Amino acid sequence: MAAITRDVLRIDTAAEAERIVGWIRAAVRKLKKRGAVVALSGGIDSSVVGALSVRALGPERVFGLLMPERDSSDETRRLGRKLVQHFGIDHVEEDITPILEASGCYLRRDEAIRRVVPDFQSGWSSKIVLPSVVESDVFRVFSVVVQPPGGEERKVRLDTSAYFGVVAATNFKQRTRKMLEYHHADRLNYAVAGTPNLLEYDQGFFVKSGDGAADFKPIAHLYKTQVYAMARELGLPDDICSRAPTTDTYSMPQSQEEFYFSLPYQDMDLCLWAKNHGVAASEVAPALGLETAQVERVYRDIDGKRAVAAYLHMEPLTIDRGVEGNET
Amino acid sequence: METEVRSKLRDFIVDTFLFGDGAEELSDEDSLLERGVIDSTGVLEVTAFLEDDLGVKVGDEDLVPDNFDSIAKLTAFVMTKRGG
Repeated sequence: MAAITRDVLRIDTAAEAERIVGWIRAAVRKLKKRGAVVALSGGIDSSVVGALSVRALGPERVFGLLMPERDSSDETRRLGRKLVQHFGIDHVEEDITPILEASGCYLRRDEAIRRVVPDFQSGWSSKIVLPSVVESDVFRVFSVVVQPPGGEERKVRLDTSAYFGVVAATNFKQRTRKMLEYHHADRLNYAVAGTPNLLEYDQGFFVKSGDGAADFKPIAHLYKTQVYAMARELGLPDDICSRAPTTDTYSMPQSQEEFYFSLPYQDMDLCLWAKNHGVAASEVAPALGLETAQVERVYRDIDGKRAVAAYLHMEPLTIDRGVEGNET
Repeated sequence: METEVRSKLRDFIVDTFLFGDGAEELSDEDSLLERGVIDSTGVLEVTAFLEDDLGVKVGDEDLVPDNFDSIAKLTAFVMTKRGG
């Protein structure tokens, strides 16, 4: 068998863009809506979904939503504004900080952190991180990283209640954004566009009833590498096309691989592609510059994440369709 | 001592992850991960039980399948940590 290279992720972006554009029109017709609401974070995925929606429906039928909050980077605000100008679409910027304050998002998060870092103060920055999957067989258990202004970073492993507490509190952000997206969709009789790529969709990198909720998801079949290629095809601004993925959820800069994925997205894409196509770890390892055992760990991590993602994808269970047999 | 630890671990796992069902189908050697009984969040819950109820301090480096993947492995891990 020929060696696996990154070329396996190459697609005809022009043809694929046309295919998706046609699909979006059909999807919005099927939903019996008059246009689409797209929440723009300034990240690559929502930017591509915005561009595809504009091409499919016309700028007059796409409504852009910018929803920064206290912990958002300045880059998020700047790129969001640049995008709506680039698209020429109607939009609104709603700072969701007051809603998050009222729902106790920040206070609940800080209280949860204090369970493992008792001296944590509200003015400190923080993020949660996972250990590397390629370095050892250690379970990927979250730690919190905290830093006082001008002080040293500290990393402490989260216990169950702190972990669930931090996640439950920060999930207010994605759910608040979705609430506003549906508000504007209801107001305009539009459909809500979802922005997950294949990597996020497959691995459960989204919040249930938060960014996981949408009426249509036009790039959920594209690997992240392909989404970047699509961004170039669609002529998105250079600073969007070259922006590194970020969660933009915690006050400290946080890459997606330290929060969720086990490798940078280019490598994660290739691993997921190889696993999905039945390629042995030993065959894809050279293209990644990794040992076979390391790729096998990534494969196991993919399976572990899929097990968790199953719950996120699940419809509510009912007596008529739902629990089958004993899943233990 | 070992029998008591094993019994406590079994009771905790069956009660927490299986809601008391299916205890007879779970052997002490069964892989808790492969059977889908625990995931990475479950590992956190087991860790809390080890630390709070069995008095064992669990370091980051201890969080590996060799220590956590079955009731038997967990029991051996606790006994080693206790120096017995």
